[in-house]
Amino acid sequence: MSSGIEALVNREYAYGFVTDVETDTVPAGLNEDVIRTISAKKNEPEFMLEWRLKAYRRWLTMKEPHWGNVRYPPIDYNSLVYYSAPKSVKPLQSLDEVDPELLRTYQKLGISLNEQKMLAGVAVDAIFDSVSVGTTMREELGKLGIIFCSFGEAIQTHPDLVEKYLGTVVPHSDNFFAALNAAVFSDGSFAYVPKGVKCPMELSTYFRINSKNTGQFERTLIIADEGASVSYLEGCTAPKRDENQLHAAVVELIALDNASVKYSTVQNWYSGDAEGRGGIYNFVTKRGKAAGVNSKISWTQVETGSAITWKYPSVILQGDNSTGEFYSVAVVNRKQQADTGTKMIHIGKNTKSTIVSKGISAGQGNNSYRGLVRVLPKAEGARNYTQCDSMLIGNNCGAHTFPYIEVQNNTATLEHEASTSKIGEDQIFYCKQRGLSAEHAVSMIVSGFCREVFKELPMEFAVEAQQLLGITLEGSVG
Amino acid sequence: MLSGTGSAQDHALPDIHSRQTGRSSVRRFTQYKQHSITGFVLEINDLHAGIGDREILRGITLKVNAGEVHAVMGPNGSGKSTLAQVLAGNPSYQVTKGTVRYNGLDLLEMDPEVRAQNGIFLAFQYPVEIPGVSIAYFLRSAYNEIRKANGQEEVDPLEFLDLVQDRLRLVDVDESMLSRSVNQGFSGGEKKRNEIFQMAVLSPRLAILDETDSGLDIDALRIVAEGVNKLRSPENATIVVTHYQRLLNYIIPDFVHVLANGRIVKSGGKELALELEEHGYDWVQNSAGVGAGAS
Repeated sequence: MSSGIEALVNREYAYGFVTDVETDTVPAGLNEDVIRTISAKKNEPEFMLEWRLKAYRRWLTMKEPHWGNVRYPPIDYNSLVYYSAPKSVKPLQSLDEVDPELLRTYQKLGISLNEQKMLAGVAVDAIFDSVSVGTTMREELGKLGIIFCSFGEAIQTHPDLVEKYLGTVVPHSDNFFAALNAAVFSDGSFAYVPKGVKCPMELSTYFRINSKNTGQFERTLIIADEGASVSYLEGCTAPKRDENQLHAAVVELIALDNASVKYSTVQNWYSGDAEGRGGIYNFVTKRGKAAGVNSKISWTQVETGSAITWKYPSVILQGDNSTGEFYSVAVVNRKQQADTGTKMIHIGKNTKSTIVSKGISAGQGNNSYRGLVRVLPKAEGARNYTQCDSMLIGNNCGAHTFPYIEVQNNTATLEHEASTSKIGEDQIFYCKQRGLSAEHAVSMIVSGFCREVFKELPMEFAVEAQQLLGITLEGSVG
Repeated sequence: MLSGTGSAQDHALPDIHSRQTGRSSVRRFTQYKQHSITGFVLEINDLHAGIGDREILRGITLKVNAGEVHAVMGPNGSGKSTLAQVLAGNPSYQVTKGTVRYNGLDLLEMDPEVRAQNGIFLAFQYPVEIPGVSIAYFLRSAYNEIRKANGQEEVDPLEFLDLVQDRLRLVDVDESMLSRSVNQGFSGGEKKRNEIFQMAVLSPRLAILDETDSGLDIDALRIVAEGVNKLRSPENATIVVTHYQRLLNYIIPDFVHVLANGRIVKSGGKELALELEEHGYDWVQNSAGVGAGAS
């Protein structure tokens, strides 16, 4: 392997720093009192507390799943802290009221709110640890009847919507990590786009994990009512830590008749050092329900960080003629492990799903694609296209593919394509002979490999993806 | 962004016009480099190189001046392509002995990309595929890297599209090729034409064509050769590596060198290529007292 590739693979995580902010933290450990405390601190209505307790009791009966192709030491759930919020959180009227330390943190990450505010078409709901600290452009959205706020705020201001949709896509009992999230989630984002409204800007959230030993349990709920459409961006970077940190988020998307939701993620949490120490455990449940006729749910993810990724953004294709999409780039290097993919559940007639997965493995990283396409008996005329490509950089990494296909209706049409390739020294030399550095060559080759996924990213995210992957996006559009 | 009031094309590629009108293209190099270069020299001295323990080049000595076209011929396994790869800096080959000076610099000390930035271009015998990366993007990145290395500003995609138009015509390539992935799904002829197109855009000082004629039908061969000829100038040099004489019907060399067993066994003018065509490589190897042992 050329020194250029090695350097690229082994470069230090640039976002590893810790912000010194006073936090308001619940003692470590989990029991019903902790859950009651969280609910009380957030001033939640009774239905929320009941829902949390129901989830917690269910969680106690569940076992941590180990079918993923990932290895990690046992997690002591009683040593984790389940609630942590920056102190002195009160409703903020402007960015001037935000703790300057936080603003500096965002500036280091290159996502300064001041800049973001000015970026046309991007409303930023910045989440630091567990509580939302700044929301912009909400008024403009409000004029259209669009609700975009923190989850905690939505519980206060729109409890009816929360109660109606919460847990309808990812039930409190869905899986071990989803149940844990339902019990203890502290905050997240909420968006509701009313009938017939096309959200005129990309909604955007940045997540950070900061406090020591704080499990991060975000919950996001996005609803596009009939004929509505919305595009949501989630971007993540985290400071450097020696301990592993658990992140078990839940995202629920709902698209009613003729509605569409597009959800894009760039995830770059700390992945651990070269020996595999530290790094985030990213155990996430993301699911969308294309509930209405002609509805559409589209996931795009660029997963570059975390020590372990366990994540399957899925679509339930319930409405007739509904569409589900999953576009994914997952990169592992050093000792990172990723087991990621999607589930497409075809229920309605003439439903259509597309899966494009690009896995890149470098260093000693281990990358698995795991995908399920299920066509239920009444899903006449269902169609799926799956493309699943792996690229290897170096000789010590792994790429695995676990496609599951279950078809119960013989009118279905399914296609599956898969490939595995390796970045060759001949490709690098060819680029170098044209004057490009090895680093430039690798990022160009990888970017070409990911082209089909990158072109699905909203332009606002193009820059982020470029920074995180060291990839020039122009290659995918030029 | 280029400054000035003229079109991007005028500023970016003045050389093509100066060539077409037969004027000196010194101006091109004053554009390309901060200082003016009127000529350059490549001096290869007793070069030994190979792969692993296998020595392929066994003492090559060759001098190439600006304005010259050298043909390097020889049977399969004689070391022609190895010479091309070593000059370009392919890390698969190790140089075990000898020196290569390029404009007074130690070429062997330079990384491949630095050689490229200093005007060395290799037209590959087997151009490599890069799926998903458009030729436009690939070539513009290369063009800009070379400009940056020479203290010039980068050009944006629109300027670049403008300035490659005449280069496309030079090798009779349709603009739609720019949006295709680099060499992916190209026929053999398209790949070679693409190499020459890249060469035309990057305007190298020393171009090395490695078996560019192989796999080309006669029409493609003529187009490629005409492209190379139009790019000839007193300021640049070309090394044409070929097995067959036929390419040299179109690209007339100033010098012909015959390689056998990793050494230059005979050098001469363009007529040497014709003699080779008539008598075969055995003739040279026998007359030079070298066994035809290369495989």
